[in-house]
Amino acid sequence: MDQTATGAEQTLAAEAQRSTKRKTPRIVRSLLQNKLALFGVVMLFLIVVAAVGAPVLAPHNPRAGVLIDSKKPPVWAANGSSEYLLGTDALGRDVLSRVLYGARISLIVGIVAVVIAGVIGIALGLISGFYGGKVDDIIMRFADIQLAVPFILLAIAILAVLGQGLDKIILTLGISGWVTYGRVVRGQVISWREKDFVEAARAIGARNGSIMFKHILPNTFASIIVIASFAVASTILAEASLSFLGLGVPPDVPTWGGMVAAGRDYIITGQWWIYTFPGIAIMLTVLSINVVGDWLRDFLDPRLRL
Amino acid sequence: MTRYIIRRLLQSILVVFGVSVLVFVILFQTGDPAILMASPDATREEVDQLRHDLGFDRPIYVQYFEFASKAVRGDFGTSLRQGQPVFKLIRERMPATLKLALTAFVLSVVISIPVGIISATKRNSIWDNLVMGLALLGQSLPVFFLGVVLIFVFAGKLKWLPSYGQGDGSMVSTIKHLILPSITLATFSLARSARLVRSSLLEVLGLDFVRTARSKGLTESAVTYRHALKNALIPVITIFGLEFGTLLGGAVITETVFSWPGIGRMIILAIQQRDFPVVVGAVTVVAVIFVFLNLIVDLLYGVIDPRVRYG
Repeated sequence: MDQTATGAEQTLAAEAQRSTKRKTPRIVRSLLQNKLALFGVVMLFLIVVAAVGAPVLAPHNPRAGVLIDSKKPPVWAANGSSEYLLGTDALGRDVLSRVLYGARISLIVGIVAVVIAGVIGIALGLISGFYGGKVDDIIMRFADIQLAVPFILLAIAILAVLGQGLDKIILTLGISGWVTYGRVVRGQVISWREKDFVEAARAIGARNGSIMFKHILPNTFASIIVIASFAVASTILAEASLSFLGLGVPPDVPTWGGMVAAGRDYIITGQWWIYTFPGIAIMLTVLSINVVGDWLRDFLDPRLRL
Repeated sequence: MTRYIIRRLLQSILVVFGVSVLVFVILFQTGDPAILMASPDATREEVDQLRHDLGFDRPIYVQYFEFASKAVRGDFGTSLRQGQPVFKLIRERMPATLKLALTAFVLSVVISIPVGIISATKRNSIWDNLVMGLALLGQSLPVFFLGVVLIFVFAGKLKWLPSYGQGDGSMVSTIKHLILPSITLATFSLARSARLVRSSLLEVLGLDFVRTARSKGLTESAVTYRHALKNALIPVITIFGLEFGTLLGGAVITETVFSWPGIGRMIILAIQQRDFPVVVGAVTVVAVIFVFLNLIVDLLYGVIDPRVRYG
């Protein structure tokens, strides 16, 4: 190889060499080397299976309970019954079935809200960074204002007015979460827009829209993926917190946060299974996403600080 | 420097103005506040009367101007349920929240810095792996679940500590009542800060000036503590400044779990009772404190890091 080859050319050459050998893709090899991330990916797969397959997997109706069977302990405890593997809550509803169905709410809220936040944030970040000047000032001031209210407090304030409902909680978390994307995308756009390839695109007559979306945006994807992965984790935590506070979805809908809240009345009386299993479900989900996020960052964009 | 302070101050005022508009619009202009505030079985005439009494039938900007001009004088109106001035209620509740948030903040700072340093200097040791594993866990644990588990173990099973309220006011009782809530509140930011201290120090330890210091023959501890640490802590301080605001927000959940009589619990109760003036006042006050803290952190930045130029 020519000694004056730039780093980028070397990487390209190395990449080309690898692909001709038809080895396993770099991302798969990196994942196989990282035990923790592998654990996260496997866990996430299982959680998605639980969410999608809840109607088939759940042994009981998650919303209807049998009152005579209320507060039954898990199967391995004394008085436990194989009918209810993880026990029942105060209304005699099967904890396992509710935990499985709870995965649906957590994942739907986590993913849809993050997509909404991402779309808003990326759009505003692109506009802000590309056009600069007054537009940039206004958008960034707005970001400052939104950051001045602690995230959870902002969500509480919006939900206080909107009321309960899955659509409302998704909308609230979507609207409150755009700032991180906006700021990071803006910063990257500012550094990319002065690059030669953008100049070249402009010289051959590319329009602003095409430059933004075809030439600049793809270069920010690595950071966006990393931000989004951590955002799913924090959004799931936020949804759980809001449901715990009773501001999320209506109480008969099984959510992990709501289940922990309902279990609070039984802390001292000792029915630990009512709140422990949903609590562990939240923790495992968020932990898995976080370790996958850490790995994605190391792999895609090691210098990104969040 | 003076010009910078003035500019930042003006910026902060602008942000506070924006927050007040935001909160005002969210709480008073989405939906019909009169219907929200009236009792569920109120007649149409009663709702109309209430709307008129509360001034919601006037143009938005008139309403906002009245709200804002009173708010800067500390008048957030009167609680709809308790009949007392909102500002007085906030002032009564604020000390409890500050006490909790400050304790959690101190815990977080005092533990995360040494833990992060040791983890970075003994990179990939058993200690490092253990602590970073715990930190990862701490960042994934929902605040409310941690609180519930701590209550189960330390109040339910062991009966060592109380599970709710802030005690009778004596020193011992206050400390006992503070332990569980402050650990609950601190855990998330403690975990995040410890990881940040570690990664920040590791980054600095790989820089040229550290290599220079090492090649001069300095001991490893002199390199770490006298050369690297100062530089590594700069990003950490920014985060700590923001962290205190996050703690104030997180206090909403912790206060609910432990029935702690602070601002957070007041906001949740006010939402349940549809006492909107209280919600608006409390959220605005927390935001103002948050903005003010950010300003202080920004100004401190220049003192700590001489490379920062105030332009």
